[in-house]
Order: sequence, then structure tokens, then C-alpha cells
Amino acid sequence: MSATAVTVQENRAPNFWQSTNGKKAVMAVTGVVLFLFVLGHMLGNLQIYDGAARLNAYGRFLKNTGELLWIVRFVLLTCVGLHILASVQLWARNRRARPVGYSHKKSVNSSYADRTMYWSGPIVLAFIIFHLLEFTAGVIHPESRFIDGDVYHNVVAGFRVWWVSAWYIFSMILLGFHLRHGLWSMFQSVGLNHPRHTPVLQRAAFWIALLITLGYISIPVSVLAGWVR
Amino acid sequence: MKLTLKIWRQKGPEAPGKFVSYPVDNVNPEMSMLECLDVLNESLIERGEEPVAFEHDCREGICGSCGFMISGIAHGPQAATTVCQLTMRHFKDGDELVLEPWRSRPFPFVKDLVVDRRAFDRIVQAGGYISVSTGNAPDGNAIPVGKEEADRAMDAAACIGCGACVAACPNGSAALFTGAKIAHLGILPQGQPERDRRAVRMVAQMNAEGFGSCTNIGECTGVCPKEIPLEVIARMNRDYLRGIWKERHQLVTTIAPVTDWDLVTK
Repeated sequence: MSATAVTVQENRAPNFWQSTNGKKAVMAVTGVVLFLFVLGHMLGNLQIYDGAARLNAYGRFLKNTGELLWIVRFVLLTCVGLHILASVQLWARNRRARPVGYSHKKSVNSSYADRTMYWSGPIVLAFIIFHLLEFTAGVIHPESRFIDGDVYHNVVAGFRVWWVSAWYIFSMILLGFHLRHGLWSMFQSVGLNHPRHTPVLQRAAFWIALLITLGYISIPVSVLAGWVR
Repeated sequence: MKLTLKIWRQKGPEAPGKFVSYPVDNVNPEMSMLECLDVLNESLIERGEEPVAFEHDCREGICGSCGFMISGIAHGPQAATTVCQLTMRHFKDGDELVLEPWRSRPFPFVKDLVVDRRAFDRIVQAGGYISVSTGNAPDGNAIPVGKEEADRAMDAAACIGCGACVAACPNGSAALFTGAKIAHLGILPQGQPERDRRAVRMVAQMNAEGFGSCTNIGECTGVCPKEIPLEVIARMNRDYLRGIWKERHQLVTTIAPVTDWDLVTK
């Protein structure tokens, strides 16, 4: 054994952002913001069942909030950016932590949603980009014309295209999986766990994720079925 | 009963490794997994072959020396059981068991089923202690500890540091181990004075070792032979977040992970 093996070399400790725990705390906090957006957006969307006038008025209201709209967009983009940056860095780190994999590996305790966060996340991101191009920018609007301000028309015409609806439904199911894990995991990441509350939280995460997914999916389903026209 | 043991054979960190199948015909269902390997090794020695290297010490499930993957599950299919306590009656006659070492970069490979788990020692060194004044032994029960606190601390203190949590985690995270060590002292009154420093220093060392991040999926607690609850990870996060703020004036250092196994082979 050479001397280098026994001489202790001290390094500066990883700081908050360099530590895995710090990055996870950032992911939890940004996750809360993104969840609140997803919830609010769904509740806004459900106004489609109240008719074109109501939904278009809601759309106008959001667009006319002026600077506030840009503040909200800035906060959301920052959260999305930090959430993705942390997860990509952690993913790379986790890959490095096991350079040689197992020939056999069984999961004994985790759910499908738990294990597929690194799949549901990027797919939902791809969806969000497509979604913004379709309904906010109006760049991609297959088989119909995008009318700026006529939200109701854009939604109904957009979802009549079967593959737009299918892609939307698929992405919303993955969003549900992502939320089903994320909604309780965020509490764990910032250190909140309680023998009585955590099981309740885990059940609540399932039901909230399910309700949000169903709320979103109901819109393309209603358009395809002809209930909303 | 007859079993086929498909075992990872590798002479050293730099040597190439491969699986080798060994039929074992005289397996007694009352044997432990390690005794089964003993029987196999006896026959290998008789034939003049190299015996399978594996770690073991107490063989009663409390030292944390033993541990390897059995057909994809750390410590085998029986819950809350180390491989030394896993009896062969849990397997069926004719089964093929795949034995593989823990796979993790912070656990450098040594030989066959043996890995170097000193990363855990360095994490404990970083803060897994309480400082006490020397002199006469303090009176017993001078510091009252509530029954529930004592139980929770004891649940965390049951961690034997075997490394199954790291081995089972798809991210190779040591959060359950570090969490258990932080929780078992942090719950007790004796652990309070150094609570913030302990969490910051132990988490820092855990990160410096190169372990992955926790994604709260619970594979670790599922294979843990001592059933350490996931709650300890939340406790680690809580104490860390509190500590990194309250101890922000401190310059925290970590020990560089040095393994002389690398040097032996060079």
C-alpha cells in the first residue's frame, strides 16, 4: 500500500446545488409551482362545457392581464427550467453511480409510476412544446385555421383531428403518472414525512392525479364524441 | 435438494468477470445461503479450483458483512433477511439462483461477490457520532428519553450498513443508509447539539462519494434486512435543509474517497 492510500485528502464539500439533496429540494419546490399551474389550467379549461362565450371571455381575461401575464410566464419558465436542469444533472449522476449494471434486477417495492419518472417527464415536456405551438402560437394547427382569440373554435377544431387528441390523451395519462409520484415525493424531498399523514398523502396523490388526468382527457373525448362542437 | 448457482466470478477489479454455473446436489433445506456457498467452496477446493469469495462474519444477521444479489433481489427474495439468515427451504428443488455482487461505483469491486463498502465508513466518520466529555461514566437515565423516541431511534439504529439499499436503488443512492445514521442520533436528546452539523457533514460526504440521488421510490426499504423506513430519508432532508442554512458560516470539508484496492492492482 502506498502512502497516498492512507493520507486523508480533504476537499471542499458540495454546496446546496451541488448536492443531490439540494437539487431534489429545488425539484420539489418547482414541482409545487408546476402542479398549481396544472391544476389551475385544468379548472380554466373545464369552462369549455359552459360554452364558447365563457371560454373565450376567460381567454381574453388572461391575455389582458398585461405585465402580470409575463411575470407568471417568467416564473413558470424558470420553474420548468430548474426542474429540468436538476433532473438531467441527477439522471447523469445516477448513471455514473452504477457503471456496471445487473444481469438480473427485480423491483420489489416501487410502483410503475415511481420507476418511469424519467420517461414521463421528457414526454410531457415534448407535449408541452407541441401544445404551446398548437394552442398559444397557432403555428401547428392541422386541418383547420387557427383564429387568434377564438379559443373555443381552436380547441374544438384542434381536437377533431384524431391524432392530436390521441397524443393529448397519452400525454395527460403520463402527466397523471408523473403527478402520482411527484405529489407525495415532493414532501419527502423537503423533509416532510409523518407516520400518519404520509399514507394519506400517498392516497391523495393518486386521487388528485387521477382527477386531473380525467379532467384534461374529458375535453378531447367530448370533442371526438361530438358532445362539444 | 438440488440447485444451480450461477455465480459472478472475477479475480480482481481489473480482471474480466463472467458468470459460472455450479450445480450443487447436496443442499439441505435447513442450510443458510452462506452455508450453501460453504458446501460449494469445499467441493471447489477438493477439485483444486478457486473458492467463491464472499464476505461474512456473525452469520446471525446483525453484523452487516454479508450481502449479494440473489436473482435480482438484494439479500434474496425473503423480506427482512440477510443472506446468512436466508435458509434454502425458501427455494424450490431445481431452482437456478443468480448470485451477483452489489453494483455501485462508490463500492469498488474487490473479488467475486465482495465489494469495498468503506464509503459507508467515511460517511459515518463525517458525523455519525456524538461528542461526549471524558471522565466518569455519566449516570444512567440522567437524560430522560421518551419511549416513543427511543423506539424510533432504535428502529433507525437497527441499520447494519450492509449496502443492500445502494445495491437495490436504481439510482445507486445511499439515502436510506445516511438517513438511518442521521435519524438514529438526531432523534435522541444526546444527538441534538451536533444535529445540524451532523446532517450537513454526512450528506456532504455521501455526495462526495458519488452515490446517486434519491427518487423516493422505496426499493431500498423493500430489500433492507432491518426494514429501515423511508421516513429516515425525509428526516435526513429536513435536517440537511435546516443545517445548511444554520451552519452556513462553517467551511465543510469531505474526505476524498481513496481505495487502496485500486493501488494494489496497479
